[in-house]
Amino acid sequence: MVVWTDFERTTIQDIFSKIDYAVVGQAAFSRCLIVYPWTQRYFGGFGNLYNAAAITSNPRVSSHGKVIMEALEKAVKDMDNIKATYAELSALHSEKLQVDPDNFMLLGHCLTIVVASQLSKAFTPEVHAAFQKFLAVVVSSLRKQYY
Amino acid sequence: MTSLSAKDKDTVKAFWANVAGKEEQIGCDAVSRMLTVYPQTKTYFSHWKDLRPGSAPVRKHGATVMTAVTDAVSKIDDLTGGLLSLSELHAFTLRVDPANFKVLAHNLLVVLATVFPNDFTPEVHVAMDKFLAAVAHALSEKYR
Repeated sequence: MVVWTDFERTTIQDIFSKIDYAVVGQAAFSRCLIVYPWTQRYFGGFGNLYNAAAITSNPRVSSHGKVIMEALEKAVKDMDNIKATYAELSALHSEKLQVDPDNFMLLGHCLTIVVASQLSKAFTPEVHAAFQKFLAVVVSSLRKQYY
Repeated sequence: MTSLSAKDKDTVKAFWANVAGKEEQIGCDAVSRMLTVYPQTKTYFSHWKDLRPGSAPVRKHGATVMTAVTDAVSKIDDLTGGLLSLSELHAFTLRVDPANFKVLAHNLLVVLATVFPNDFTPEVHVAMDKFLAAVAHALSEKYR
């Protein structure tokens, strides 16, 4: 059972209330495809991912970035039940999409970088730690249904 | 992993020029974050009186780390040779688990993103990530 402090709870909810899902989702997801290019293997149907400029302007990349953020919001809305919330998504990533779960934290790193650049000084070490913990719980829940 | 291309090296050198004058602030923030966000790293600093973000030993160590990274940028064409003595230090004296190099690197990248939100583009990010991975590799050379 994950135990959240009041600080962690309010911090996570505060971050997600401040960020624009379309902007942050697109930025984080495109960054992931650029910085860790092997992650492109899962997006063969997305069209032109040939270089950073193509990835950044790819409309399927931006809409998928938003999808990811909306999925993360589900976890934010029910922080005490993230494992249950993501049971289906975990099975999807494992059985249908067949994503190597080590990739989840790569996206997590990029999301952290984007949120950090948006919040700047407000992204203190303590806020960063809370965000990291949230991401770790999300990743762990997404790994649960893999066998 | 992959070696640094000429473009990577140019990108790193150009971006790192922005850091001049801000080394202490960036180094302190990176080390503070590492200790806060990845508490297992505190195990290497049990000899410090104060492990809190921004404390004197943290600030000092941040400066030390940044001086070394700046030096590594200048030795980007031969990191293994240039970081030989640092590698020996980390391997034989400090005995830091090399997995932690990635942790510090990640925290440094987060700080750079907060300090240079517009300059830390995805292209700079990938070059810096590769560079820090190459530095980590050079530091691991003498381990075994």
